[in-house]
Amino acid sequence: MKVGIVSYGAYVPRYRIKIEEIAKVWGDDALSIIGGLKVKEKSVPGLDEDAITIAVEAARSAVNRGNVDASRLGAIYCGSESHPYAVKPTSTIVAAAVGAEPNLTAADFEFACKAGTAAIQTCMGLVGAGMIDIGLAIGADVSQGAPGDALEYTAAAGGAAYIIGSSDLAAVIEDTYSFTTDTPDFWRREGMPYPEHGGRFTGEPGYFKHVTSAATGLMDKLGTKPSDYDYAVFHQPNGKFPQNVSRKLGFTPEQIKTGLVVSRLGNTYSGSCMIGLAAILDRAVEGDRIFMTAFGSGAGSDAFSITVTDRIDEIRDMAPKVEELLNNPIYMNYATYAKHKGKIKV
Amino acid sequence: MTVARFWRKIPHRYNLIGTHCTTCNEYYFPPRTMCPTCRRDGKMEPHKFQGKGEVVTYTVIHTAAKGYEMQAPYNLAIIKLDEGPSLTGQVVCGQEEMDIGMRVRSVFRKLGEESEKGMIYYGTKFVPE
Repeated sequence: MKVGIVSYGAYVPRYRIKIEEIAKVWGDDALSIIGGLKVKEKSVPGLDEDAITIAVEAARSAVNRGNVDASRLGAIYCGSESHPYAVKPTSTIVAAAVGAEPNLTAADFEFACKAGTAAIQTCMGLVGAGMIDIGLAIGADVSQGAPGDALEYTAAAGGAAYIIGSSDLAAVIEDTYSFTTDTPDFWRREGMPYPEHGGRFTGEPGYFKHVTSAATGLMDKLGTKPSDYDYAVFHQPNGKFPQNVSRKLGFTPEQIKTGLVVSRLGNTYSGSCMIGLAAILDRAVEGDRIFMTAFGSGAGSDAFSITVTDRIDEIRDMAPKVEELLNNPIYMNYATYAKHKGKIKV
Repeated sequence: MTVARFWRKIPHRYNLIGTHCTTCNEYYFPPRTMCPTCRRDGKMEPHKFQGKGEVVTYTVIHTAAKGYEMQAPYNLAIIKLDEGPSLTGQVVCGQEEMDIGMRVRSVFRKLGEESEKGMIYYGTKFVPE
């Protein structure tokens, strides 16, 4: 049985803050940070937006794009590291908001930045086993970065939703492969407002080891090589890491260009790789092959090999494209940003 | 607002579920159990509104009620849905973007919260179409 993407949707809040604006507050050299991170600005949630509203907007976009009867959804899994409730599922609110209640299973996932791709894998398993007709996998975050911390330059807001099924596929997921270890490169303890991280430790033993291992593992399993793919997308905590890892794996800058949205968006954590994939699907045509590898600190990577079908032409224009979501931003200063992020209390 | 009171209205708040009288073809939001025109002859059915409409009039709230201080100033409008009924809702955009007659569409947003440890209320707001 072929399993794949029936439809997809993305959502990005309209608000942005430029790196210069953040650097000005902390006395940092903006040009050096922009050059190092390869990020120019990042998205900021509205005062009334959180991981749930972002998940719902992305999910509704996916349902509308594919003209999917939401009552067919047998599972909704929402991945995030900023679920508004510690106890009370995001996924049940999404289920109600897209009209999928009540005959489905639902749960929230958390695995740093790769909870959304873990949700895709779970839906693939349920669809492949014949337990559900279609499932909805979401990655959505309003990620946190402590004031003055390096993360503040990139921690952004956004999400993407994928409807996984076995018929009417816009893209076939040929296979997936994961690489997971206990690597404490980044964490947030219960009740703490901001995450802690191991600085440069998040790089080599975290991101690069896991992304490289999952990517090569999948290509070895399938007998494919980088040149077999038209597009590639990797988790984008900044612009530098995905460029470096793709080069190391043998992918070209041209292959990653379309999905590399981080410079105008920032790191949307659980939404990062999935928004990048959405940006590729917005442009891809029948027969295009896409290689995707997500990374979540803690740590693990999920790699996917995807082939686009002719149905992409039918659904592509039925919901906002990532490029449209990135256009028409509203820029804000640091004080307004601090208000939006709840860093100012009244 | 009690948890039960919010919970009862989730379909209306999340998805603009109102009612439609199939006898006189009138649409209602919030939902009515009886058509005020057709009375006993009315046949009511649930109706999900498309969420598109236009601003009839609006005001800008500068002195917000408790719990909404951080959002001020914000736009509060009477919106006439394309199917007919009007409702009051927040239009999320800059004050300078507001205009009587402007087209809007519904979005899913946080409406408020009971308290820092209480439940979060989600529902429908509007943005320029």
